[in-house]
Amino acid sequence: MYQTTYHRASSVDEAAALFAKGSEAKFLAGGQTLLPVMKQRLASPSDVIDLGKIKELIGIEVSGDTLTVKAATPHYDVATSDAVKKAIPALAYLASLIGDPAVRYRGTIGGSIANNDPAADYPAALLALGATVKTNKRSIAAEDFFKGLFTTALEDGEIITSVSFPVPQKAGYAKMPHPASRFALTAVFVAQTKSGEIRVAATGASQSGVMRVPAIEAALKTSWSPSAIDGVTISASNLLSDIHGTSEYRANLIKVMAQRAVAAAG
Amino acid sequence: MSTVKLTVNGKAVAVDVEDRTLLVQLLRDHLNLTGTHVGCDTSQCGACVVHMDGKAVKSCTMLAGQADGANVTTIEGIARGDELHPMQAAFRDNHGLQCGYCTPGMIMSAIDIVHRHGGELDEATVRQELEGNICRCTGYHNIVKAVLDAAGRMKVSQAAE
Amino acid sequence: MGVEGIGASVVRKEDKRFITGKGRYVDDIKLQGMTHAHFIRSPHAHAKVKGIDSAEALKMPGVVAVLTGQQIVDDKVGNLICGWAITSKDGSPMKMGAWPAMAPETVRFVGQAVAVVIAETKNLARDAAEAVVVDYEELPAVADVHAAIKAGAPQLHPEAPGNQVYDWVIGDEGATDAAFSKAANVVKLDVTNNRLAPNAMEPRAAIADYDSAEEHFTLYTTSQNPHVARLVLSAFYNIAPEHKLRVIAPDVGGGFGSKIFIYPEEMVALWASKKVGRPVKWTGDRTEAFLTDAHGRDHVTHAEMAFDANNNITGLKVKTYANFGAYMSLFSSSVPTYLYATLLSGQYNIPAIHAEVIGVYTNTTPVDAYRGAGRPEASYLIERLMETAARQLKVDPAALRRQNFITQFPHQTPVIMAYDTGDFNASLDAAMKAIDYAGFAARKAKAKADGMLRGIGVSCYIEACGIAPSKAVGSLGAGVGLWESAEVRVNPVGTIEILTGSHSHGQGHETTFCQLVAERLGIPISQVSIVHGDTDKVQFGMGTYGSRSAAVGLTAILKAMEKMEAKAKKIAAHALEASEADIVIENGEFKVTGTDKAIALPMVALAAYTAHNLPDGMEPGLKESAFYDPTNFTFPAGAYICEVEVDPGTGKTSFVNFVAADDFGRLINPMIVEGQVHGGLAQGIGQALLEHAIYDANGQPVTASFMDYSMPRADDLPSFKLSHTTTLCPGNPLGIKGCGEAGAIGASAAVINAITDAIGKNNLEMPATPDRVWRTIHAA
Repeated sequence: MYQTTYHRASSVDEAAALFAKGSEAKFLAGGQTLLPVMKQRLASPSDVIDLGKIKELIGIEVSGDTLTVKAATPHYDVATSDAVKKAIPALAYLASLIGDPAVRYRGTIGGSIANNDPAADYPAALLALGATVKTNKRSIAAEDFFKGLFTTALEDGEIITSVSFPVPQKAGYAKMPHPASRFALTAVFVAQTKSGEIRVAATGASQSGVMRVPAIEAALKTSWSPSAIDGVTISASNLLSDIHGTSEYRANLIKVMAQRAVAAAG
Repeated sequence: MSTVKLTVNGKAVAVDVEDRTLLVQLLRDHLNLTGTHVGCDTSQCGACVVHMDGKAVKSCTMLAGQADGANVTTIEGIARGDELHPMQAAFRDNHGLQCGYCTPGMIMSAIDIVHRHGGELDEATVRQELEGNICRCTGYHNIVKAVLDAAGRMKVSQAAE
Repeated sequence: MGVEGIGASVVRKEDKRFITGKGRYVDDIKLQGMTHAHFIRSPHAHAKVKGIDSAEALKMPGVVAVLTGQQIVDDKVGNLICGWAITSKDGSPMKMGAWPAMAPETVRFVGQAVAVVIAETKNLARDAAEAVVVDYEELPAVADVHAAIKAGAPQLHPEAPGNQVYDWVIGDEGATDAAFSKAANVVKLDVTNNRLAPNAMEPRAAIADYDSAEEHFTLYTTSQNPHVARLVLSAFYNIAPEHKLRVIAPDVGGGFGSKIFIYPEEMVALWASKKVGRPVKWTGDRTEAFLTDAHGRDHVTHAEMAFDANNNITGLKVKTYANFGAYMSLFSSSVPTYLYATLLSGQYNIPAIHAEVIGVYTNTTPVDAYRGAGRPEASYLIERLMETAARQLKVDPAALRRQNFITQFPHQTPVIMAYDTGDFNASLDAAMKAIDYAGFAARKAKAKADGMLRGIGVSCYIEACGIAPSKAVGSLGAGVGLWESAEVRVNPVGTIEILTGSHSHGQGHETTFCQLVAERLGIPISQVSIVHGDTDKVQFGMGTYGSRSAAVGLTAILKAMEKMEAKAKKIAAHALEASEADIVIENGEFKVTGTDKAIALPMVALAAYTAHNLPDGMEPGLKESAFYDPTNFTFPAGAYICEVEVDPGTGKTSFVNFVAADDFGRLINPMIVEGQVHGGLAQGIGQALLEHAIYDANGQPVTASFMDYSMPRADDLPSFKLSHTTTLCPGNPLGIKGCGEAGAIGASAAVINAITDAIGKNNLEMPATPDRVWRTIHAA
């Protein structure tokens, strides 16, 4: 790791101020992605601003039909939260599949979506559930937040404070893990909103990161059942292809994972 | 450079380190607690797992500064004097280790697994929860056995307290 | 057997230090004034090194030195050697290019070191390494064996035209051709044996400490065989004469073959410590392990098997291309030849075999012995062929094997090996019973109803261990003898130290070796210590690999024990005024048989050292040593059967059951033996389902971290059901065969046979990733 200066912020405002002072500062939430990258000298922030101990950034709240997960809440808390399990069990399940137990204690929802790894789990949930990302400056709809591989709508120095999920009618998640990294080789989140809208998002599959899957959404509109997806054809073009999965295989996985997610959602 | 103050295995320590120092480096290089190991660069092998404030974390994926004020327990700190922790004893009794390199991290992760699941552990759960710890020697067979055995022992020893 | 004697599952003596964090691995050691090394490694698979500019780096704080490949050549440090000479079929010796410890002129694989920075801390060394400017001129590279032997392919070494190291043959070509010309059926198979990265969990490390007053070096290193390291460093690399070089291999975190070899980093650390006048420490990281630890396997093979009309095997033809990577590593040449082709008879009566092995250079990490070394490749090939044959001939695969099993021993195969003993039917029976082979069809039908594809796969392996009879391997080109040494020291108070040339890095020697002593003397193992891993303490040894430590190393201890006991009996007889022939050893006492007269071991030991009243002419002391050279290889064998379920939607394989029935001869500690099997099975399954070290066409590694290289995890594997059948090895007095590699040798074929059975298609390469299985299921 290159030399850097570590700061622990005690409030969002302090974190923003520290960021402004650094020449090439980076925010550190759980550090489960940033630190490995820094260890390999693939990132060299002048300053690292730790958001992990900011009290206002930690916690889970349910208010009416909205579940809010604050940005520095670790995956473990989401996976085991009674509130999450009751409101959106698929989200708790998704969180329980991220990384491994030690990573889940440290990794956070804010860190995950700010990084927007094309194979990360959370982006699929945000997109399928139509979540809203709140920052210290504004609210951003999930649709507008994810901008392709490792790219988001966040501006320099902008801090995610929470993610609000509308509680759906039903939702499900199914993941084929990458055999080495345990990210998603392909995973699909399906949701039926309270207003009846059907939203399906896939992660790990597309060359441009998390994406909606309109063909499956259309099929599920006719009938919310795994078999409704049987006749859908997913094109392999623009899907990722690597040693662990060809694009054809990922196209198949989108379909199969969607079917299993629907089955799980009930 | 910063001074990091934390409690390690029950002892308060203050260590001057470069800000880029990882928690595992603080433990190994500055406190000579070499039971915590490093087996990879990508946070996957789990040889470096320690407990921070009671939770199993990868000490290679934390800056030392992030542990400021924390209570850290390493493999050197879990036995009570000569009395092994039930998880340590179970690893020995079930031949849950061979070369010993992954063992400290395995034991620290395994204790955390039992804490989280209490008496609800079965083989499939243990295997899933060991996802973040890699062993090249044992094929995990006896590690899984050891964790299940220790889960029983830890229940008994908790009940006795 | 006593409670701690042979056959007892004694918990391990060494465990306490490991479970309490008190193990002492190389990276745990700090020396006064120690500096840290960081290697500058080539990012290119093939390039000329035009220049190295270290001026900026040398100005940086904490930098002690920047040393280059040219300097190590100028200082006449020797090139790395390959210790087994192989002769091609045309009679020419194998063709080797030079391998300097750091490349002065040309780099030939990604990760090859060109220079090293020595600095006050590890971080500073790495900081400075980035300021060293290396001017490379890229050359075309080649990573694949077939591409490497094509005309016009990039050439690695001028010494090896066409990138060919050797073209070696074994067996009788004429007899084999004759068998094929008369065959009723011929079964053909093309298989790739995928390249593996060893990934011992402890990365390699070295600390070198030069004492200028004594002109003496000490090297702490992650080695499976410190004595061999010292020999090679002295005799070939010109580091120092042996008496001026001490090599210590303390606790070592797994080896699996990869820590047999003497690597450039250890040579450079030694050389650099003299140059900078301070201890030099290097600890590799995982990326360096992927790039520089010798890889395993990487064969491409075409094989054909001939059968007569009654389904008896009549001949076998094999042609294998072995990828050696960019340089010939220490034992590499022997792996696809004498450790592979000599096992091609498997467990079967095959009257005629002919095999040709072409060794090829490519711009990849060197390949050498890894966890089975040649034998997994042979076993995989034969057992895939048998399964393919059964499918083609439409007979039960277990029955086809049984029909062709060797049942008379000793059995001379057409490929050198003379199998001494075995009972292949017994292990197959045990495995079939354990998995309820007969009930499989019903289970398969039930799984089908649930939408799952179920398959069963058999693998009957045999391996050659107990490496090795020195005269035999010498005649085949080995550069060293492969005996083992031992010394038994009985201290004046009756405690015992056993010095062994074997090295324990997970195998449990500190326990099993004590069990032999407990068995013979009837004393508790707590009174016995095993000393190993230090050339200053143990006189010589060949180390631990090839499942040899019990069959060879423990037999050496037995020989030394026998000498010690003979002397102790003389002392006891003298003290008890009895005949030496009447003395028996029981429960730590020397007794006069049929009487109540006895003298305890400590008193015998004390008598030996006080020497007040020894038999006339006897030397004082009670210490004996022995060298043991085995008379033959040993032949562990067994049957593995696994039952899998393949999810047709995802192509993912999961295990329903995995049974292993092994014949290892006598077991010293069954618990430890089973642990060895579990680990081997995980490797065999890992190779079959997950692991693959991949390079792109330009020699860039694609899988150089645990993010990309799939290591088997706990949730990838089942629990295993193990059993043992026993035929004692006649070649050593303890009847031991060896168990360290069996799982890795036998498991892969069982897995692929099961998956191909499940999906109903025979052609499936390893690793059978979900993607690959799914594509195979859906291929036209």
